[in-house]
Amino acid sequence: MKIAVCVKQVPEAQAKRIDASTKRLDRSGEAALNAFDANAIEEALRVKESSGDGEVVLVSLGPQSALDALRKGLAMGADRAVLVSDDAAAGSDLVATSLALAKALAREGADLILFGQQASDSDGAVLWAAVADRLRLPLVSQASELSVADGKAHVKRQTEFGYDVIDAPLPAVVAVSDAINEPRYPSLKGIMGAKKKPQESLGASDLGADAAQLGEAGSKTEVLALGDPPARGDTVKIEDDGSGAQKIADYLAEKRLL
Amino acid sequence: MTPLVFLEHHGGELVKNSLAVLSKGASLGDVHGVVIGSGVREAAAKAGVFGAQKVWVADDAALEAPLPQPRVDVLERLVRDHGYDTLLFGQSVLAADVAAGLAARLDAGLNWDLTDLVRQDGALVGKRPALQDSVVVDVGWKSTPRLALFRSGAFDPQEAGGEAQLEDATVELHDFSTAATMVEQAHAESEGPAIEEAQVIVAGGRGLGGPENFKLVEELAQALGGAVAATRAVVDAGWYPYSTQVGQTGKTVSPKLYVAVGISGAIQHKVGMQSSGTIVAINKDGNAPIFEFADLGVVGDLHEIVPKLTELVKQRKS
Repeated sequence: MKIAVCVKQVPEAQAKRIDASTKRLDRSGEAALNAFDANAIEEALRVKESSGDGEVVLVSLGPQSALDALRKGLAMGADRAVLVSDDAAAGSDLVATSLALAKALAREGADLILFGQQASDSDGAVLWAAVADRLRLPLVSQASELSVADGKAHVKRQTEFGYDVIDAPLPAVVAVSDAINEPRYPSLKGIMGAKKKPQESLGASDLGADAAQLGEAGSKTEVLALGDPPARGDTVKIEDDGSGAQKIADYLAEKRLL
Repeated sequence: MTPLVFLEHHGGELVKNSLAVLSKGASLGDVHGVVIGSGVREAAAKAGVFGAQKVWVADDAALEAPLPQPRVDVLERLVRDHGYDTLLFGQSVLAADVAAGLAARLDAGLNWDLTDLVRQDGALVGKRPALQDSVVVDVGWKSTPRLALFRSGAFDPQEAGGEAQLEDATVELHDFSTAATMVEQAHAESEGPAIEEAQVIVAGGRGLGGPENFKLVEELAQALGGAVAATRAVVDAGWYPYSTQVGQTGKTVSPKLYVAVGISGAIQHKVGMQSSGTIVAINKDGNAPIFEFADLGVVGDLHEIVPKLTELVKQRKS
């Protein structure tokens, strides 16, 4: 059983800002593994462990520095990492990103391809469907339970109407929710060993992708302008020093909500 | 130039969110709709009332389960045969998967989480709040077809139209599109008072630590005369029923007061409650995203704060 997990490096929550000159997310500061991807890695490790053998491969698109985030996944227990990194791919939108990832995934030929629930930077929660379509593979999203047996992924998933149960023959693409598991913490041994695990960097040409299909050139959407949001009023954050409840009650009374 | 709106249905009715997007499309000019499913002709006819001049109907037993991939096949064919250059979707689990699959199929741009769509100097421009709504981004499309996915609750349905002409859409499905199969399909629960109607909501999340602590939330809700809601994480964990879930895959609410207890404020939850009048949050993690959009946030131990608050509310009310 070979399981590929698509992961992303994102800026730390506190450091998120858009660069006004490029209109892209500023990726120069502290970065981390997208937290939702840890659920997908955990689920991949569980599927591998319950099937007795197999391989978990992390696949990502991002700058060379994204290897740091991939190492976190390797420390959790993934076997190796593939990073698609090419200057021509910077600023890729859904169409361009899904193309690059699909090409990298096609090279791997995994039985199961997992995604986390969303990217915490772009709030995107759609990439899996575009990748599944490019690979012409069956797709199930919002999985809250996953089991793999008899060449099928058996998925319980949540929609607006409750819970569905869906079967998809392998190879298949499954996007898991953050409720599916509690990701393990990397052990010290895992962290020490992560650096030695295979980490491959691929450029557009390694994937047989035309640079014109990637990055801003290959993107079909664009950011035109940045503006201020409608005022929501001030947000106030206080530390509880024993008077927190009283302060809430006073606030509600002042707002005539009591 | 006529936009085509993906009209989702459940239990024989078109869903409100789709009709709201249809009304938005109608406000820009002519608009068409498409309904895909099995036995959906009657539901499709109702789209006229919300402004559709024409509704394509893909009615086939193979389309009964609400799975995205066969719907991509139907939409691809409609775009290729009839030249639609703009496709509009209202956010849902199904619609998001359909829109993204179609974007890849057509090599078309998809902008998501839009709260508005306007015509600016002859071009369509989407409005998208980003980074915890700290900035509104104007987004555009460099080519056609343009695909747009709107945030839930961005618009309201308007009964401003008349009768729609129904036309059959071609149904030709790829093998891979029909490989995933529905074993058991969800049905909406209709028990208890709807939290959508409540003026005050107290919601509990994973920070409660266990199902037994939901009583803290229930007691505060009772003192405030409000309803109890839950996040997806605790519903999936079986702590509280699905019918109380607020968020992307649950209900969208906008009470006067929303008290979030032990809730981090992940997007999944936020999209269901961000239009509440006043938001109060109690959470021990000062970095939780909920503090970025709560009107009043208290960083502290909910087990200390919530019972005290319940007592204070009772005192003020008596």
